[in-house]
Amino acid sequence: MSEKKMHGHVRVFNFMKLRSAATVLSVLLMLGSVATLFVNGINFGLDFTGGTLVELSYDKPINVADVRSELDKLGFEDASAQEYGAATDVLIRLPGKETDAHMGDRVARELNAAYPGEIKVKRVEFVGPQVGEQLRDQGGLGMMLALALVMMYIAFRFQYKFSFGAVIALAHDSLIVLGVFSLLSLPFDLTVLAAILAVVGYSLNDTIIVYDRVRENFRKVRRGTPEEIVNISLSQTLGRTLATSGTTIMVLLSLFFLGGDTINGFATALLVGVGVGTYSSIYIASNMLLYMNVNREDLIVPVKEDEINEMP
Amino acid sequence: MNRYPLWKYLSILLFVAVGVFYALPNLYPDDPAVQISGASSSLTLNESEAAIAVKVLEKAGIAVKSTEVSPRGDSVLIRLTDSEDQLPAKAAISERLGHDYVVALNLAPTTPEWLTSMGAYPMKLGLDLSGGVHFLLEVDTPRAVQTRMDVYAGEIRTALRKERLRYRTVPEKKGSLARELAFNDAATRDSARKVISKEFPDLQTDTSESNGRFLVKYNLTEQQIRDLEDYAVKQNLTTVRNRVNELGVSEPLVQRQGRKNIVVELPGVQDTAEAKRILGKTANLEFRLAANYDAAAGTYETFEFRSDTRRTANLERDIILTGDQVSNARSNVDTQTGGPQVNIDLDNRGGQLINRATRNNVGRSMAVLFIEQRFMGNRTEKRVVDGEEIEVQVPIYKQEKGIISLATIQSVLGNSFRITGLDSRAEASELALLLRAGSLAAPMHFVEERTVGPSLGKENIRMGINSTMVGLALIILFMLVVYRFFGLVANVALALNLVLLVGMMSILGATLTMPGIAGIVLTLGMAVDANVLVFSRIREELKRGLTPHKAIAEGFDRAFVSIFDANITTLIVGVILYAIGTGPVKGFAVTLSLGILTSMFTAILVSRAIVNMTYGRRRQLKKISI
Repeated sequence: MSEKKMHGHVRVFNFMKLRSAATVLSVLLMLGSVATLFVNGINFGLDFTGGTLVELSYDKPINVADVRSELDKLGFEDASAQEYGAATDVLIRLPGKETDAHMGDRVARELNAAYPGEIKVKRVEFVGPQVGEQLRDQGGLGMMLALALVMMYIAFRFQYKFSFGAVIALAHDSLIVLGVFSLLSLPFDLTVLAAILAVVGYSLNDTIIVYDRVRENFRKVRRGTPEEIVNISLSQTLGRTLATSGTTIMVLLSLFFLGGDTINGFATALLVGVGVGTYSSIYIASNMLLYMNVNREDLIVPVKEDEINEMP
Repeated sequence: MNRYPLWKYLSILLFVAVGVFYALPNLYPDDPAVQISGASSSLTLNESEAAIAVKVLEKAGIAVKSTEVSPRGDSVLIRLTDSEDQLPAKAAISERLGHDYVVALNLAPTTPEWLTSMGAYPMKLGLDLSGGVHFLLEVDTPRAVQTRMDVYAGEIRTALRKERLRYRTVPEKKGSLARELAFNDAATRDSARKVISKEFPDLQTDTSESNGRFLVKYNLTEQQIRDLEDYAVKQNLTTVRNRVNELGVSEPLVQRQGRKNIVVELPGVQDTAEAKRILGKTANLEFRLAANYDAAAGTYETFEFRSDTRRTANLERDIILTGDQVSNARSNVDTQTGGPQVNIDLDNRGGQLINRATRNNVGRSMAVLFIEQRFMGNRTEKRVVDGEEIEVQVPIYKQEKGIISLATIQSVLGNSFRITGLDSRAEASELALLLRAGSLAAPMHFVEERTVGPSLGKENIRMGINSTMVGLALIILFMLVVYRFFGLVANVALALNLVLLVGMMSILGATLTMPGIAGIVLTLGMAVDANVLVFSRIREELKRGLTPHKAIAEGFDRAFVSIFDANITTLIVGVILYAIGTGPVKGFAVTLSLGILTSMFTAILVSRAIVNMTYGRRRQLKKISI
């Protein structure tokens, strides 16, 4: 920032100077996400594809290649095996179509019979193919419903331009998280879906805080272009934005490193999402307001604020 | 200025105290235990069984913490010191006691009585934390509807024949439930339609004409199809519940999910093969005539009564009909005598069969025989496969047959009849239940299974606690560094938030899962947001030159609107997740939504209360530590 601008005691950063560049960046990121979704698709986990998963714990470190050849010998040619978390632990996946509810037990039993030592079954999961489909539909439906309701709430509390901007930001965030999962072909299971919805919640939280300031400043600050007012609002909330993102990212890192394999995907999705969500509340949500020519007239009717102010 | 009236402090204190109290039971971890119960409900247990079990365990070198016989005498609970001992203990005890007893793994709560007497219990742990197995069964409801339609078709044909209306059956169209009948002229068709609508008012009928044939089309209404599907699922639910009870698992969950699925969750059960066998097993019923006194040997068999094995009766070898033909059974009271009775509905074929069998046998007795396939353990068998001799495990089933009712035939029976002369209402309702539960209304199959071994469960709990603690510690440090005294206030609020969240979940009986823990950790990260908002607002107001008191008041007031809007929208997302989600998504949604509510309480009211208590009395407040 070349010139130091102040509003009251807050130093105002000219965030919106970069708005065109940010728009280009976001569009590129979104296009990239769509492209990788088309090319690589999503590595849907067992929850969505159906199939069988067995997690075994050997009494001694085991070579995964040995497990693979053993599986081939036993006639499970479609099975894939990978080391999972520790050298003694193996995760075996059997794809959807031909498995039934008894497959997992059988794999564990037969491997155990062929192995001289002891194998403990840590986890067996079986999901029928119809269930997977149902879950996928449910997830999509939930996402749509959540977005629609949130849009209505914001339109009611703020104004339709705000609800439009917020939803674009949310779509932006979830799309990029999906894109990252597709690009790195990370397994996408139900917990990751939950994480994406949490990203929606988090990013929304962030966006609303900024919008709230924008609304307040449009009413309070008499002079200044919409762009200046957005800049003032963003600068005023910057401290809070960084503090909250900071604490959230700290706990997410703790989950990522200490939470274990079951919620690793969850933590990854949220880490990406929180990063993107923080960026998007500045450069997408607020930016969209400017693209839609938000102005003082949009906010001239005070939304029943008195009623709410009396509550605390 | 910046003072709360006394009642406000007190009510905050009260709320916090209640939350802390109900969170307390979670500090007492469950004991690993085995539970012994009788294979049939008539068997009562006492100290002697407990003593036998303890002796067996001593011999096996397994340490026993304590034993207790349940007040009703239906089970014995043996607490162990080490969860690794559970499986060997179960095996040892069931080998010693035999098949008259069911031995199951159990997690026994250790909550002290002063807490349980106030209704305070620990949170339920999801299967991913406690270990156990989760099944999702799908009921083949279209089959149930199809069967019902077949029954109607048969009944309609009989009715038309009785009215001497000549018809031809039109072949069924694939994928369509509706059936058609063809007639030679319009008059016959119209009277046939009249007959159908009169005798089967539930059916929808429609007439049409094609290629010189006059057609009547009949079908079930949408509502009826839904009712039938509903009935089939409910019926299977009853059967599954009965079977799960046989497993003797503590706190099993058998629940309907969606339109045609049934969820079964068995915490602690590790032998999934056994569980699957019992859930998928078939029990059946047979109706047979009692043998005459002069019946030739070989034409009858002798059976025991289920309720009293000393009582026996001789029944003919011929089976009149089986339980598959019972379409419904209800227990109620005979309006004339006031005695208990069971009303039984049969399908068309069953009706014909029983009609034929009872026509010449009024005055004789008819018995209902209950047949059960009991799993008796595995047997090792040697088999020769590809020239090699291998050992295979073969499950052994024992077929058990017992009479559940023996009653005199009062008249020729048809599609529906009743059994009277039962001893008690309890017996009547049990008979009705067995008639219904004896066979499934529609076939079922497993569509989902998740088993979590106990070691993984423990690992998950450990990792969950670790990541929560580390996350919490990081936030506490951060807030102290950035906001000093106010950071301390926020940290107190945050810690209380965690306790209140646990307390709320315990009160509501919510289940804690691994994604739920992730939800808690995330809520902690986001919960400080409210405090951060307030504090940065206070700082801003201070910079604008407001006095500390004014700044505090302004900060809390101004930030409230933002906090409120932001939390409500996140809550919307949480509630939707809860409503549509299953399994892990639901677990996450519960903690996220509850966390938002508790964090709003702690971050706004509790931290304000602390700030007010600290600064409120000082009139000349020059500087605050923020």
